[in-house]
Amino acid sequence: MTDSIKNIKQYTRKDFVSDQEVKWCAGCGDFSVLSAVQNALPEMGVNKEDFVFVSGIGCSSRFPYYVDTYGVHSLHGRAAAIASGVKVANPKLSVWVMTGDGDSMAIGGNHFIHILRRNIDVNIVLFNNRIYGLTKGQYSPTTPLGHVTKTSPYGTIEHPFKPGELAMGAEGTFFARAVDTNPKMMKEIFLEAEKHKGTSLVEVLQNCVIFNNKTHHEITAKEFRDDNQVYLKQGEKMIFGKEKNKGLVLNGLKLKAVVIGEDGYTMDDVLVHDAHDTDPTMAYLLARMSLPELPVAMGVIRAYKTVVYDIALEEQVAYVKANSKIKNMNDLVNSGNTFSL
Amino acid sequence: MASLNEKSIKKGKKLNNNSLKFAAIFFNTKLKMVAKNHKIIELDQVVVKFAGDSGDGMQLTGTQFSDTSAFIGNDLATFPDFPSEIRAPQGTVAGVSGFQVHVGHADIYTSGDLADVLVAMNPAALKYNLKHCKPSSIIIVDVDAFNPKGFKKAGYELDPLTDHSLDGFKVIKAPITELVRATLKETGLDSKTIDKSRNQFVAGMLYFMFNRDIQTGIDFLEAKFAKKPALVESNVKVLKAGFNYAETIEELATTYVIKPNLSKKGKYRNIIGNQATAWGLMAASERANLPLFLGSYPITPATGILEELAKHKELGVKTFQAEDEIAGVISSIGAAYAGNFAATTTSGPGLSLKSEALGLAMITELPLVIVDVMRGGPSTGLPTKTEQTDLWQALYGRNGEAPIPIVAASSPADCFDWAFEASRIAIERMTPVILLTDSYLANGSELWRIPDVDKMPKITADIVGPNDDSYLPYNRNEKTMSRRWAAPGVPGNEHRVGGLEKSDGKGSVSHDPINHETMVHKRAEKVRRVADMYPVQEVMGNKKGKLLVVSWGGTKGGVYTAFADFAEQGADIAFTNFNYIFPLPKETEEILSNYDTILVCELNSGQFADYLRTQFPQFNYKQFNKVQAQPFMVSELKAKFNEMLEA
Repeated sequence: MTDSIKNIKQYTRKDFVSDQEVKWCAGCGDFSVLSAVQNALPEMGVNKEDFVFVSGIGCSSRFPYYVDTYGVHSLHGRAAAIASGVKVANPKLSVWVMTGDGDSMAIGGNHFIHILRRNIDVNIVLFNNRIYGLTKGQYSPTTPLGHVTKTSPYGTIEHPFKPGELAMGAEGTFFARAVDTNPKMMKEIFLEAEKHKGTSLVEVLQNCVIFNNKTHHEITAKEFRDDNQVYLKQGEKMIFGKEKNKGLVLNGLKLKAVVIGEDGYTMDDVLVHDAHDTDPTMAYLLARMSLPELPVAMGVIRAYKTVVYDIALEEQVAYVKANSKIKNMNDLVNSGNTFSL
Repeated sequence: MASLNEKSIKKGKKLNNNSLKFAAIFFNTKLKMVAKNHKIIELDQVVVKFAGDSGDGMQLTGTQFSDTSAFIGNDLATFPDFPSEIRAPQGTVAGVSGFQVHVGHADIYTSGDLADVLVAMNPAALKYNLKHCKPSSIIIVDVDAFNPKGFKKAGYELDPLTDHSLDGFKVIKAPITELVRATLKETGLDSKTIDKSRNQFVAGMLYFMFNRDIQTGIDFLEAKFAKKPALVESNVKVLKAGFNYAETIEELATTYVIKPNLSKKGKYRNIIGNQATAWGLMAASERANLPLFLGSYPITPATGILEELAKHKELGVKTFQAEDEIAGVISSIGAAYAGNFAATTTSGPGLSLKSEALGLAMITELPLVIVDVMRGGPSTGLPTKTEQTDLWQALYGRNGEAPIPIVAASSPADCFDWAFEASRIAIERMTPVILLTDSYLANGSELWRIPDVDKMPKITADIVGPNDDSYLPYNRNEKTMSRRWAAPGVPGNEHRVGGLEKSDGKGSVSHDPINHETMVHKRAEKVRRVADMYPVQEVMGNKKGKLLVVSWGGTKGGVYTAFADFAEQGADIAFTNFNYIFPLPKETEEILSNYDTILVCELNSGQFADYLRTQFPQFNYKQFNKVQAQPFMVSELKAKFNEMLEA
């Protein structure tokens, strides 16, 4: 992409707004994600025609209709597999998967873990509202244990997935988290996701105003957000709180939230974030953090470099081509054991 | 001599002096052989079956024998017959692996009904294959494997070599294991490696029996074990030992020649169906000037196509081994959207898993070839065996009205042509196309006349150029009704496709009832017009008359062979084979109207016959069906035709 950067056209947000009427419920968190994406796209250094938005089925999966780029609205759960085909077929494209917790964690679970394992350079935005919205309110694989929904009238008896943990278990190379209430944070993280070579998973904690309203309230509400979120930045101390006086320290094999200056903790004790660490241990601890003991981690939690499927494939093709005597089909069909009669 | 099939015996004749000389020169055999008063009989065709344990190298020996036959200009067809277990218990009937070769001076269309020569490396191989032998065939056994232990494993109570159950057969009891061990005693090879070359002893015997130049067998081994010179040396020794043994023994005083098939002219190779399918897709990619993408998940018996395509990165082929059948087809749809020529390969149960995705490919109107190598079903069924039972699934197995063109291949080599044709339809008409082959075609081989790929038809994709203001995703070509292909990376044509119904032309999401009906009709009409691309449906035999025998896809070879015999005798019979399954060729109705009775022969309970009945209910259809997961035998087809003609 870098060598063609001078050919990149200049865009504004408007260039990425399609002529389709947006049909989400009033107050849905999806609006702010759409807006953040449309704000981020002009800053990615990618030509408009090189973006492809791919989705499965669900409320968030209507997303491709609303951005004026190439797009595929596919089948329930299958966006990651469509995106894999698009990217492998044409690695120059910037491919985005817009998916929900039902779409990618349940029916599309297999494709989800395997795209991460292969590390195909695709960006996945996972709208996690912990409910099935489009089918009107059934519990999803991320719905908290005991939660009452239409299909769990006495409370669920299933343990929820934590998408970040699943991603790391699947050898994912990039995991970030954002909240739908913070457009600036979303935009910054989407730009980071685009830059990362390999599969980037961004979990957006998103509110379903109709069927699971305020599911992330304790994390996102104005009165809680400063104390209950820690926005991690590469190379910076893990501090949070309205007064920026709280930090994360390591206590044995666990993380602990402390007030700097209290109980003998100083700024020196506070951990420095390194998303590029190839060892996943700290990333696991950060991705797992949950209320009330610990704040919820935002930002790029993990981003490390390793073999990227689509790049490796292109290299393999180039190498084999350069070293083969067979240059076309006629060479192939006449190679090996033939008989002239 | 009495051991070979009747027709061959009838046509077999003693060679005159000139042809003896010819045979000697042509086959590079030593003249001393002729001088020893060996009788040489000329045959039109012969069927040889190699059978042993899964690890006995029967597939290799079979391939070696068929390559040698091809080298001297015989026509041939082969069929491997192996268990679905990789290594079933040694010596048991379940573990028998077979390879049948049908070679001929005349044109060969099937791998043969029954064997003229059976090689049985152990009692189980004999037990399993005896029913597939002609009554007087030659049976070569490794007598060293015929011991009480071997009988027990095979489930024999008595020694079949002495209990008169083989009376009428010509049994050659060769001490193969013993002689191979003696031959390789000095080599220092371990006993396992030594015993593994028993197959070459048999090969050597057959080179003598059929007056083949042993050098072609040596060349084969040198190519096969190019990286293991020690194995070449030991195997060649055994091959020669087998040849010399055969020359020495009384039982083989008579040997055979099958003269070259002179109707075959040009450059040929022996090709397996799955390889031909893979190459057909690659040829289409070259002729369409589009990169080939294959998304696939391993499944018997289709895996060979994925394996073959994975080899060809030198021609830019990208294979994506997906996490499941669904991702196999879905990634291909993604690749097709991105502007590649995409294909996916599978077998019956895999096609079931892909059904939902085929609906998506159909409604997004993207080019895609879905290869279904049919196997015995339902469910997991008989994974290594052949059947034509996926026709209804291919025709009807989707939600909503989702017509998808279907073509079917008829022989191992013509898998190349039909893969190419499926691709041409997909790319030029912007539609998924299902290519049906079957296990028999996929694993069988035959001689393939090597085409000049540069002279094959060009495939023209209607690709939208940059900033084409006239482009709308669902605008259609007036003649073909197909929409245009606008791939990402090209500026100005940004658009969205998807599984929701779209408005005619513009392609926005639409729930409008009239628009939906319009779109359903337009998609169906587009598929109907695929028939405009076909050549005229061929009919052989009487143009009007009593009986039309009909085959489709892989049953062509057997049905044609049986038909040709009746036609030669002047019977009131005609034959047509369908490769274009949906839509049917335009002449179909007229052709069917010319016969009193239409006999549809297929390896299922009547799926194609029922399909014809729904299209043309006015005709008199009879069925000949077999659901044993085995191909038709020419003899059973002939018996049926005879019954129909006499009725």
